[in-house]
Amino acid sequence: MQKKYFHPEIETMPVEEIKKIQDQKLVKQVRYVYDNVKYYRDLMDEKGVTPEDIKSTDDLYKLPFLKKDDLREAYPYGLLATDLHNCVRIQSTSGTTGKRVVAFYTQNDVDLWEDCCARALTAAGADNKDVCQVCYGYGLFTGGAGLHGGSHKVGCLTLPMSSGNTDRQIQFMMDLDSTILCCTPSYAAYIGETLREKGYKPEDNKLKAGIFGAEPWTEEMRRDIEKSLGIKAYDIYGLTEISGPGVAFECEEQSGMHINEDHFLAEIIDPETGEVLPLGSKGELVFTSLDKEAFPLLRYRTRDICILTREKCSCGRTLLKMTKPLGRSDDMMIIRGVNVFPSQIEAVLLNNGYAPNYQIIVDRVNNTDTFDINVEMKDEDFSDSPKGITAKEKDLQNAMKAMLGINPKIHLVAPKSIARSEGKAVRVIDNRKRLGINI
Amino acid sequence: MAVNQLSIFVENKEGKLVTITDSIANANVDIRAMSVADTQDFGIFRLIVTDPQKAKSALESSGCFVSITKVVGISIPDEPGSLAKIVNILARHNINIEYMYAFITVSKKYASVVLRVADNDLAEQILVENGVRLLEEKDIVNM
Repeated sequence: MQKKYFHPEIETMPVEEIKKIQDQKLVKQVRYVYDNVKYYRDLMDEKGVTPEDIKSTDDLYKLPFLKKDDLREAYPYGLLATDLHNCVRIQSTSGTTGKRVVAFYTQNDVDLWEDCCARALTAAGADNKDVCQVCYGYGLFTGGAGLHGGSHKVGCLTLPMSSGNTDRQIQFMMDLDSTILCCTPSYAAYIGETLREKGYKPEDNKLKAGIFGAEPWTEEMRRDIEKSLGIKAYDIYGLTEISGPGVAFECEEQSGMHINEDHFLAEIIDPETGEVLPLGSKGELVFTSLDKEAFPLLRYRTRDICILTREKCSCGRTLLKMTKPLGRSDDMMIIRGVNVFPSQIEAVLLNNGYAPNYQIIVDRVNNTDTFDINVEMKDEDFSDSPKGITAKEKDLQNAMKAMLGINPKIHLVAPKSIARSEGKAVRVIDNRKRLGINI
Repeated sequence: MAVNQLSIFVENKEGKLVTITDSIANANVDIRAMSVADTQDFGIFRLIVTDPQKAKSALESSGCFVSITKVVGISIPDEPGSLAKIVNILARHNINIEYMYAFITVSKKYASVVLRVADNDLAEQILVENGVRLLEEKDIVNM
């Protein structure tokens, strides 16, 4: 029989019991980190907090935050809590916004992470009769490794395709009857489009569900993907710093992602003041890993803006729910009344094979916002004719429109012509501020 | 046979053209012909020069974005109807001309024409069969 939950006892556990588990784990974890991670011990000492001050999750607010900059500063071993000999894996962030961050895993850490992905797959209807095609990138990126491991735990027949080579993806999908597809939403959309171009109808494939994450996507994209592939599309959330995909996952209700809170304690804070906000408030998501051995981050600020809710879910899970990230805390723009995040623009560029080196220029002309993006072209985009370049600009503009909901004007510029500065690059030039317009 | 054309990406910004012409001048390369394709945002500067590789390296070291494109070069008598004849030959064989430009050298008896088509080899073969003289790299140098 089809299993509804991978870990039913945890996924449907009464809230008070989950809290009890979290309380016990947190006390232990804070002591473990304090004893083994000098970097964090110094932060705690500086704040005057001792492990004895943390008696339950109610004391979580007393702990110092970790930010992405801390991870860069502590690179590579500064936040490692165990001997390297106990570690079996390194994964890394994509490094699009600065220096890479590396995370270490013991075998238990890998198992825990893969279990989380197995919960996500099971929630999407996967079991040992399924053929799971994983076309997230394999390698340092956590997407491939996470879903691959999860697929094994569920007992699916796993197709470790990695990303790219769409013709081969489609051939395997059709010949080997893949039923579950795991990739980025933009790649799923692209596969759907390619299938259509090849003359396949949505009912020609055996796919029933897809797990799509690692980049922002919209409800509109979800509907398009579901239609073009004839599947139900599930969202998944995660970050390398905390483990990888599977920190939170969607159930059949498709209304937010359940956080695997037996392993990851979530909070929402005011990104300005750091103050903890009640459930239902919009703010920055903060995670504390409760079980990690090698790379146990406490109060890690994700910079993702979202809302946490704990309402009865029709799937029967009691786990806390988070909305899809609504953007990044540090860089939201409002253009023509629409929220735009540079992270979304970066995602579109990466998906279309462009380096994430770009500049956004926002201005106001005749009471209307103008929205221009300069993007460095690829070597092969340029030959001797403007036609090729304008066609590429149009393609990229359409991809941006699909993601953002508004139309930017794309300008392809010469490679390496956008200034690269040390540290944080100036990505956004908002001339409306110069004009003194209240935005 | 085809001739090498330099295609240079030029943003519509002050001083961009100066950088290009200065680097070619400093590399001591002679420009034989040029044409410009432009849009609102950028232009593509197309050049036939005496030493394309040397010019390319010089341009790249001053930060220009350059590609080398193979184009068909022909030499035709500098007299009325000469170009019409070429265009007719190509039209008869369904060869589209994406763009073209011409230049006259000091000899004044012949004009040179640069043609951009989808299939250089085919166009060259047809032109030769019709008695048209093709230009080679050495012709460009010796003009």
